[in-house]
Amino acid sequence: MAVTQVFGARVRRREDPRLIRGTAMYTDDVVLPGLCYAAFVRSPHAHARIRHIDVSRARSTPGVLGVFTAQDLEGRVNPIPCGWQVPNCDLKIPPHPALARDKVRHVGDAVAVVVAETRAQAYDAASLVEVDYEVLPAVVDMQQALGSATLVHEDVPNNRVLLWSVKGGDFEAAAREPGVRVIRQRLVNQRLIPNAMEARAAVAQYNPGTGELTLWVTSQNPHIARVILSGVLKFPEHKLRVIAPEVGGGFGSKIPVYPEEAVVAHLAVRLARPVKWAETRRENYLSTIHGRDHLTEAEMAVRPDGTVVGLRVRTLANFGAYLSTAAPAIPTILYGLILSGPYRIPNIECEVTGVFTNTTPTDAYRGAGRPEATYVLERMMDLAARELGMDPAEIRRRNLIPREQFPATVATGITYDSGDYARALDRALQILEYPKVRGEQAAARQQGRYLGVGLSTYVEICGAGPSKVVGSTGFAGGLWESAVVRFSPTGKVTVFTGTSPHGQGEETTFAQIVAQELGVSLDDVEVLHGDTDSILMGWGTYGSRTTAVGGTAVYLAAQKVKEKAQRIAAHQLEVSVDDLVFEAGRFHVRGAPDRGMTIQEVALQAYLAWNLPEGMEPGLEGQANWDPSNFVFPFGTHACVVEVDPETGQVKLLRYVAVDDCGRVINPLIVDGQVHGGIVQGIAQALWEFARYDEAGNLLTGSMAEYAVPKAAWLPRFECDRTETPTPVNPLGVKGVGETGTIAATPCVVNAVLDALSPFGIRHVDMPLLPERVWRGIQQAKGGAA
Amino acid sequence: MRVTMTVNSVSYTRDVEPRTLLVYFLREHLGLTGTHVGCDTSSCGACTVLLNGKAVKSCTVLAVQAEGAQITTVEGLARDGELHPIQQAFWDEHGLQCGFCTPGMMLAALDLLQRKPNPTEEEIRHALEGNLCRCTGYQHIVNAVKAAARAMGAAVGAPAGGD
Repeated sequence: MAVTQVFGARVRRREDPRLIRGTAMYTDDVVLPGLCYAAFVRSPHAHARIRHIDVSRARSTPGVLGVFTAQDLEGRVNPIPCGWQVPNCDLKIPPHPALARDKVRHVGDAVAVVVAETRAQAYDAASLVEVDYEVLPAVVDMQQALGSATLVHEDVPNNRVLLWSVKGGDFEAAAREPGVRVIRQRLVNQRLIPNAMEARAAVAQYNPGTGELTLWVTSQNPHIARVILSGVLKFPEHKLRVIAPEVGGGFGSKIPVYPEEAVVAHLAVRLARPVKWAETRRENYLSTIHGRDHLTEAEMAVRPDGTVVGLRVRTLANFGAYLSTAAPAIPTILYGLILSGPYRIPNIECEVTGVFTNTTPTDAYRGAGRPEATYVLERMMDLAARELGMDPAEIRRRNLIPREQFPATVATGITYDSGDYARALDRALQILEYPKVRGEQAAARQQGRYLGVGLSTYVEICGAGPSKVVGSTGFAGGLWESAVVRFSPTGKVTVFTGTSPHGQGEETTFAQIVAQELGVSLDDVEVLHGDTDSILMGWGTYGSRTTAVGGTAVYLAAQKVKEKAQRIAAHQLEVSVDDLVFEAGRFHVRGAPDRGMTIQEVALQAYLAWNLPEGMEPGLEGQANWDPSNFVFPFGTHACVVEVDPETGQVKLLRYVAVDDCGRVINPLIVDGQVHGGIVQGIAQALWEFARYDEAGNLLTGSMAEYAVPKAAWLPRFECDRTETPTPVNPLGVKGVGETGTIAATPCVVNAVLDALSPFGIRHVDMPLLPERVWRGIQQAKGGAA
Repeated sequence: MRVTMTVNSVSYTRDVEPRTLLVYFLREHLGLTGTHVGCDTSSCGACTVLLNGKAVKSCTVLAVQAEGAQITTVEGLARDGELHPIQQAFWDEHGLQCGFCTPGMMLAALDLLQRKPNPTEEEIRHALEGNLCRCTGYQHIVNAVKAAARAMGAAVGAPAGGD
């Protein structure tokens, strides 16, 4: 049994056979007897009063089982609550009705739902619902929304969602220090659309005989969905089963509990028929959350030698039309608290103003607050370097927190677990061959070619997290994680995790943890997730928490199994527990390797229960709930080389180097995959993606034909490497890697492009750095010089 | 309307509404849910199948247009339980994460390898431009297509592809 080194091995994924054979079951693949279909009627206006809804034509269409509006849901489907009510920031939480009642507040806001025998009949009938709207002026731009007479919610003055701040040290005092220069820049972090390849879907089935309601839903966190929906539907939680079957990506967009899910579940009860709803991509663009959308004024105070002594950031954050489930946390605690990045910055101030607008709600999109913070910090580092005439690598190195200073508490009040930031920077520069690349850049400039080199040095807060701490930030839940590791009588192992992976590969990595700890073959381990009926409790997969928190719970549950198995083995071998050695899945008597039994033999004995220690319960399983003492803090340095064509403004990525440190690595193949995918989403924000609205609140990039989801041909091959600095926060030493690429890549690429444009004297161009924007930047710079 | 076609070597005849798209015919009339719907603008390629051996986006073909055609979906790739080299390569090279784009991605790749048994990296990346993946960043997909090219080349005795 060559399983001892399974932790750390490039093991092929165990979830893949069903996915490559086409036998996986995603939500829209669920078919049930008597299944009928729901279609939503959505507002074409960003802001309008609903005068009247006429459903008579739709209702009389063949195949239609019912048409429902907000009135029909009154008292049956409560408004959707906000799950992260950040304190001390004057947070306004207006109601979010499942179907709009008096007003619609963004294009795509649902006003009615049709249920019919077939999908096509449901859409046909939905198109016949007549809504009489009184169109109102829309507020789309954040700056205009603040203080506008037009209110998205009548009871939220100035459209201001919240005013949040964090302050460490005294920025003003630092800025007044003799010789200190203050660099200022306005930075736009544009709105993005998550674009999980599987749009959202829900299937609900009610059994009036048992009173059980089952909901299959595209969720990253089915237990959270169950808690929230039991409240929304006033349905007893123990009779509500939520299943996240195969889920086709999420990137944060499947964290929230959405109105459609509640409505579909309600209709299944009301009609006593199973109901399916599958979002179209168009609906996905309008009604599934967006991400980012910040406008920031940043100031960095820096000494002549490059020492950063202060950072002050004022940010407007666009929340869209309603507060989505986790939205208040994203531009506040997940943004402001990480603004020190990997640097020792003694004075940091951040003030965030949240704004309602007549746009699709925003919430967590891959990285969620941390890419926005890293973008601000890394752009400002480059601007400071340029101001001082320093090398961007040198200014970073000068300010990095040294490895001997961990655990390190930064000015925003959080404490980083472990790090060796300079090592990752050095490694990235070494792989890039930094001096050589700078030489090539200089030579190219002589030939009229514009190469740019970009760096991004980051630290990420993830692995949420200590429940007491997240509770103090207003999260309406815990963020510990559960696991059960259970032997069956024949020696096979089933692992139940409260996390809910949807592409990240934990069916494999968790099996590796268990195979390592119990010395059984990987093939003998099955990892189950995503069903509230079989899993006690869990908080889901997001925020790079699954392995750090859920994996640790699995590890601890396996320890409990091993301890019990050892007591049984000792009893049956008639020795004391301390006389047994556990090796490669087998207990044997110390000094007598022939006297022993495998843990799988012990499992059978545990279930037969013919000969167990006095008072021991039969069976062999371990259950663990792990609540970490701190978050974990992955870090690294990314570096890239671009070439800008000054005639067209086209940016070409020539090289991309990523050195990430996510602590101990369980499966390098999976880690590489996570890094690649993250990098591409980060690059895409820098260069291509942008959710753009017109002044009336119409989404101009409202389909995949208009929104630039990156394609294979746009991208270079990535050069990835790692350093490994274990975290002391959990016994596995693991951090998280799902978001590192997205956090690091955006400023890395923007810095490279601005480096390429430096001969033109261009200081900054806002993302995405589309050819048109780069070209205009060059033209303006030339014009200004002329 | 009555439509007859051969899907994964089995002949099917069904009555469908004229507007029925091939992808919904496969998914809802035949129960072949391995072919996915990822968009409504023929952009994402999750619904890619082979129609008479060529890759098509089955969201952009009416079922009735496939009258008499030979269709291959992801369910038809494995033979006698044995994975097709393209499936094996996607598994070996970690060419998928959430798996939603994978059936279409594999069929688009197969279309390429039928036309060009030994493609360069650039040719692979261009051939997959009609298929979006949000998870992998494409690098492992490209590796998988190269590995499949080598395996398929070896199977017919052709020279192995380069890395």
